[in-house]
Amino acid sequence: MPKGFYGHGLPGIDPSTLQGKLIVVEGADGSGRSTQIAMLRDALERDGHATVDVGLKRSRLVGRELDDAMKGNILSPRTLALFYATDFADQLENRIVPALKAGFTVLADRYIYTLMARALVRGAERDWIQQVYGIALVPDAVFYLGVNPRILAERNFRKNLVLDYWEAGMDIRRTGDMYENFIYYQREIQKQFRTMESQYDFETINGNRAPRTIFRDLLAKVVELLEPHAG
Amino acid sequence: MPDAKVAGKLIAVEGLDGSGKSTQVYLLKRWLELRGYKVFFTEWNSSSIVRKATRRGKKRQLLTPTTFSLIHSTDFADRYDRTILPLLHSGAIVLADRYIYTAFTRDAVRGCNREWLRALYSYARPPDITFYFKVPLAVALNRILEGRPRLKYHEAGMDMGFSTDPYESFRIFQGKIREEYDRLTGEFGFTVVDAKDTPERQQARIRAIVEDQIDLAQYRWRVPAPYAAALDPDTWNGPPPEEAIELMKDDRDDRDA
Repeated sequence: MPKGFYGHGLPGIDPSTLQGKLIVVEGADGSGRSTQIAMLRDALERDGHATVDVGLKRSRLVGRELDDAMKGNILSPRTLALFYATDFADQLENRIVPALKAGFTVLADRYIYTLMARALVRGAERDWIQQVYGIALVPDAVFYLGVNPRILAERNFRKNLVLDYWEAGMDIRRTGDMYENFIYYQREIQKQFRTMESQYDFETINGNRAPRTIFRDLLAKVVELLEPHAG
Repeated sequence: MPDAKVAGKLIAVEGLDGSGKSTQVYLLKRWLELRGYKVFFTEWNSSSIVRKATRRGKKRQLLTPTTFSLIHSTDFADRYDRTILPLLHSGAIVLADRYIYTAFTRDAVRGCNREWLRALYSYARPPDITFYFKVPLAVALNRILEGRPRLKYHEAGMDMGFSTDPYESFRIFQGKIREEYDRLTGEFGFTVVDAKDTPERQQARIRAIVEDQIDLAQYRWRVPAPYAAALDPDTWNGPPPEEAIELMKDDRDDRDA
């Protein structure tokens, strides 16, 4: 079970009642997160683990407004960061915690680290953003798929033909074309992840490889976590 | 952590619903603007962006103490970054009906960690003056209940399990908030206003304090109001047209001084 909260946590929740394991897979769009999570889920279910995957996409509470606000692009970086934090808190309380309480293995597609990196790259104070995310549970394992930004761009183009405005950091910097901007922004995000790596005890996995290769790596680590005595 | 010096002044009013603070801040605004001072008004929970989500959350009871607190802090950040701080930098007087202390009291009573709450709002400048309208619980309750026959779910603190009866729940909830305000008075240097006093006496005292603590002369409008100032004073944030014309006359006199 998770070791507790990063900070003051959620009021009224005793982490010792959360029996499931929280496994986080982090990485940029195009890092292959969703693929890895889907494969992990199949493997875990095959082995008899009750599994739930949680995408920190859009909560019922603020999802719509967050989407609208992002289309309009009039929010200050601070407001955007808090909107994401509200979205995160809603998912944590309504999806992650109940699943852990029920003993499920929760596979989280992204967690607070991307949200913190986005805020930090936009000028948030480190101290502040860390305190805000003090509500988060400490996961049992965090795997960060590190991928070369040029490869990320290629994968994104293959999926959508355009690079996402926000993933290209267009709200904070616009020099040259969107591709150059994307590379710059993703590098800045990766710098933040490198800083967070030791502090938050994650495992950086080379995501530049083929999905099957990455998966073999990941699965071995997850199995070790869930069945520490297994061969 | 708040930004360095600003030219403007921030005056906040805090207190329970039914404490009469909204009337007092309105009268203060009218007084300042009729004398030609640059004054703007902002109130809690008014960012158009989060209003829908807040309403939906309240209606469908989707809010927990944490998400309730965070959604309001998002609303506040939006107003702070787009309205309050820029106005302060521009050298205006900003009147806030409720400020961060509303979150510190209410959200703490709901169960949010007090240190976390302070950290959440740590970027916000403390007001130059915070008026805390202290009122006996019974008075506040009477004022609210006489206006509206039914208490709203979150307003009554029904999610806290204080009581199954909304009125009893409300009484307990507001009572706890009041205790928090009293506790914060010393820590944040609130100027306590006796809300049992007549509105006129309260307003006179507030005006005297504002005049005493703020060099109002610095905050006069130098620019005449545009044609649009013929609007309703309750919505227009700016000098009324007649006063603006008077001001222009003053400026002409001052030029040779």
